Amino acid sequence: MLGKLDWSAIPFDEPIPLIAALVVFLAAIGVLAWITVKGFWPYLWREWITSVDHKRIGVMYVLLAVLMLLRGFIDAIMMRTQQIAAIHGPGYLPPDHYDQIFSAHGTIMIFFGAMPFMIGLMNLVVPLQLGVRDVAFPTLNSVSFWLTASGALLVNISLVIGEFARTGWLPYAPLSELDYSPGVGVDYYLWAIQISGVGTLMTGVNLVATILKMRALGMGYLRMPMFCWTSLAANLLIVAAFPILTATLAMLTLDRYLGFHFFTNEAGGNPMMFVNLIWAWGHPEVYILVLPAFGIFSEVFSTFSSKPLFGYRSMVAATLFICIVSFMVWLHHFFTMGAGADVNAAFGIATSIIAVGTGVKIYNWLFTMYGGRIRFDTPMLWAIGFITTFTVGGMTGVLLAVPPADFMLHNSMFLVAHFHNVIIAGVLFGAFAGFTYWFPKAFGFRLHEGWGKAAFWFTLLGFILVFLPLYIVGLQGMTRRLQHIEIDPWVPWLIVAACGILVMIVGAACQITQLVVSIRHRDELRDETGDPWDGRSLEWSTSSPPPSFNFARLPHVGGEEAYWTMKQRRIEMQDSGEEPAYEPIEMPKNSPTGFVAAFFATLVGFALIWHIWWLAIIGLIGAYATFVVFAWRDVAEYEVSAEELERIERAGQPAWSKHGEELA
Amino acid sequence: MKRAGSSGLTILLLGTVELAGCAGGVLDPQGPVGAGNRTILLNSLAVMLVIVVPTIVAALWFAWWFRASNTRAKYDPGFTYSGRIELIVWSIPTLTILFLGGLIYYGSHQLDPRKPLSSTNSPLEVQVVALDWKWLFIYPDQQIASVNELVMPAGTPVRFRLTSASVMNTFFVPQLGSMIYAMNGMESELNLLADKPGVLYGQSAHYSGDGFSDMNFRVRIVPPEAFAQWTAGLRGGGQTLNAGAYRELARQSQDVAPFAFSHVQPGLFDAVVRQYLPPAPGPNEGRGGNPRVHPDPLGPATPADPNARHERHGGG
Repeated sequence: MLGKLDWSAIPFDEPIPLIAALVVFLAAIGVLAWITVKGFWPYLWREWITSVDHKRIGVMYVLLAVLMLLRGFIDAIMMRTQQIAAIHGPGYLPPDHYDQIFSAHGTIMIFFGAMPFMIGLMNLVVPLQLGVRDVAFPTLNSVSFWLTASGALLVNISLVIGEFARTGWLPYAPLSELDYSPGVGVDYYLWAIQISGVGTLMTGVNLVATILKMRALGMGYLRMPMFCWTSLAANLLIVAAFPILTATLAMLTLDRYLGFHFFTNEAGGNPMMFVNLIWAWGHPEVYILVLPAFGIFSEVFSTFSSKPLFGYRSMVAATLFICIVSFMVWLHHFFTMGAGADVNAAFGIATSIIAVGTGVKIYNWLFTMYGGRIRFDTPMLWAIGFITTFTVGGMTGVLLAVPPADFMLHNSMFLVAHFHNVIIAGVLFGAFAGFTYWFPKAFGFRLHEGWGKAAFWFTLLGFILVFLPLYIVGLQGMTRRLQHIEIDPWVPWLIVAACGILVMIVGAACQITQLVVSIRHRDELRDETGDPWDGRSLEWSTSSPPPSFNFARLPHVGGEEAYWTMKQRRIEMQDSGEEPAYEPIEMPKNSPTGFVAAFFATLVGFALIWHIWWLAIIGLIGAYATFVVFAWRDVAEYEVSAEELERIERAGQPAWSKHGEELA
Repeated sequence: MKRAGSSGLTILLLGTVELAGCAGGVLDPQGPVGAGNRTILLNSLAVMLVIVVPTIVAALWFAWWFRASNTRAKYDPGFTYSGRIELIVWSIPTLTILFLGGLIYYGSHQLDPRKPLSSTNSPLEVQVVALDWKWLFIYPDQQIASVNELVMPAGTPVRFRLTSASVMNTFFVPQLGSMIYAMNGMESELNLLADKPGVLYGQSAHYSGDGFSDMNFRVRIVPPEAFAQWTAGLRGGGQTLNAGAYRELARQSQDVAPFAFSHVQPGLFDAVVRQYLPPAPGPNEGRGGNPRVHPDPLGPATPADPNARHERHGGG
């Protein structure tokens, strides 16, 4: 009846996961109870869960990302402390648990931390910057988000019921095959990533369609803000690369479930093919994460230097250059698998060529600051922290692209330090910069500057303290994923790294405090202008938070830096802008399709993990029925009348919550 | 290829690097391959530091000088394009990468793991099988084998042929240089040479499952005479590594103390590579699926290898 599922799936004998699971479970119950007692369910259902508004979906993406970043960070703390607790000894995490932790850390940070953060910011900002009312397919957008959340839920269920993968964040065959990983861990990984991967792919399609087809009048390609360009590039990469991931994991699933032999040792399977395919997706994935961050930094450097971005066209070229070359470098992840010298040299050179694009970007940011009038608000601090530390990460990346150097450093702690150096300094700092930068736009009040700056300095210092020692132990020959340490010269550096993570904990605490303090003092931090940073692109031209339709009248764009140009013209003409003639507009209606479909997708995933076939069939039928019902709907849009528009526009602060009910 | 003329700049980083090197890492090589790797690493580092350090300094300097409160800095919002700067911006990284590309091409060929090492001594062949979770070293010419201990004669090139009984692993002795993957059904090749006698640390550098952290081996580099004595001493009598013993050895076990076989059935390594000997089994417990569909290739569990200590810290 319940397939492989029975009471032995709950880790009653392992206190650490059991207590962690209990705490998470009680916290979740507490939050749900609080919502019920306060009677927030109708509001949440109407305004958030069924919302197809790109801004709210963006906010929910970021919220999911923040929660998952915290979960992944706890894993990181456990890894760093285990390695200093397990010097010539077992430590406190046995191998089977430690292996799950580093696998979950990587999986969660990449798929459910960094990706949703970037996708959330793109969702929130891209339509506003393009001067349009929503993304191309609003309901699809909601489906994408809820499928991502479904995948995140499955990964976290594995904490309590069964186990997570013990194969690393990329389940290399043949270790991930049934012969060597007979448990449900790899199945959790596969279904969680497949379900959220479908969501990511649909987001890619959605945002590419939005950027290519839905720009404001006058906004040619070479007038789009840099963040739109890098979002376009990242989403093109998603559309091109994610099908490879889906296909690869589907093949592994067939191996595990139906006895196929794509990647097995026996019967003609080829494990190296898995490694090739997973990195053919995996390397573009790196740029899917970092390109939007480059876009955020471009906006931040330009805004806080009070200058247009230097060498805009050069930046566009560099972005597209990176976008294309990122597909030609995957083999550098396994120079040490014994390919010939010519193959290694070709991929080594291709990899270092990518650095040209990144180098051009860094110089253009430098010259954006040159001649500027720089304000050191929190987003700018993250940007400067990025440009200095990311350069080092890029350099060590090029070092690893040199095959003979990689022959000594592949899979070492040097590699671990390198990719954290680019992902934390690039993607995470970018996410935090974007979070602080666009928070006032999303909620109508700024984040507390003091706590934000404290968070920056502690995070930066902690990050350096953790990863500089890891570079050094890497050079000392330490390999990654060690559950216990037998070599004494590594120990002092690992202790420094563990101290560093303490500092990072303080940084994270400052971030959380910043959020709490800002919410409590939101009236003092309120931004009435809609343009708190003296911004340059269209998202700052509407109120904060923007009304559900973003712009009462769609803007006309007269050049690069659309909003800056408008502001300059008004200053010159001493004109506050004329009252527009309002026309009724149509907006997409809310839809529970995404939430219901994701509910069934979660059922299907869980059922397939535990071989509960009847439940899988029910889930599939349910998901299909959801889409049929959605396809059969009669009314897809509601109208906002001209009078309503005028009223909201004059009120100046068209908060979502105030008008949502009346509009629906 | 000569060291780029940037020794001044590298001093700071080399300070850290030397600190790392004295602890027996990849910067303290004990053979020509490791030395070659290190030279390429440091040359590439020097080439890049030449542009990376000025870039970081410029970033901090620009940010500080053009701060809003600095009245002496000239505000020039019109400075958004300059053909000359664009030319420089594209050409600096391009030239660096061109130079580095040469280094990559040269280094990849010079240090190709398959390339035989020049030496007056004739090379020794060692066949390496990565097992769950221990290393098997077969000396085909001597017809002996050892587990978790690699004995190499100093000054003699060693040609390693590697494969895996089950999952992927990487054979890596940091102080000898280049690592290489060991994969089931495939054979990889690596040539190394140790300059002088000593004891080095070897490990798997690719995660391979629960016992991975103990998949270390001692590398004993001895004078050639001592090597001959060691092989002769082993041949005196003891266990034989034939197909049956190999199947037992291939079962999963952790933290295995080094031991040796006094005789090895010829052709064993090739039988593993060509899968005449089937891939080693995974865990016996918790195997997925119907046992008739996924049978344990070795039948029901038998008493474990006497040399394997399942309790990790039992014997120090």
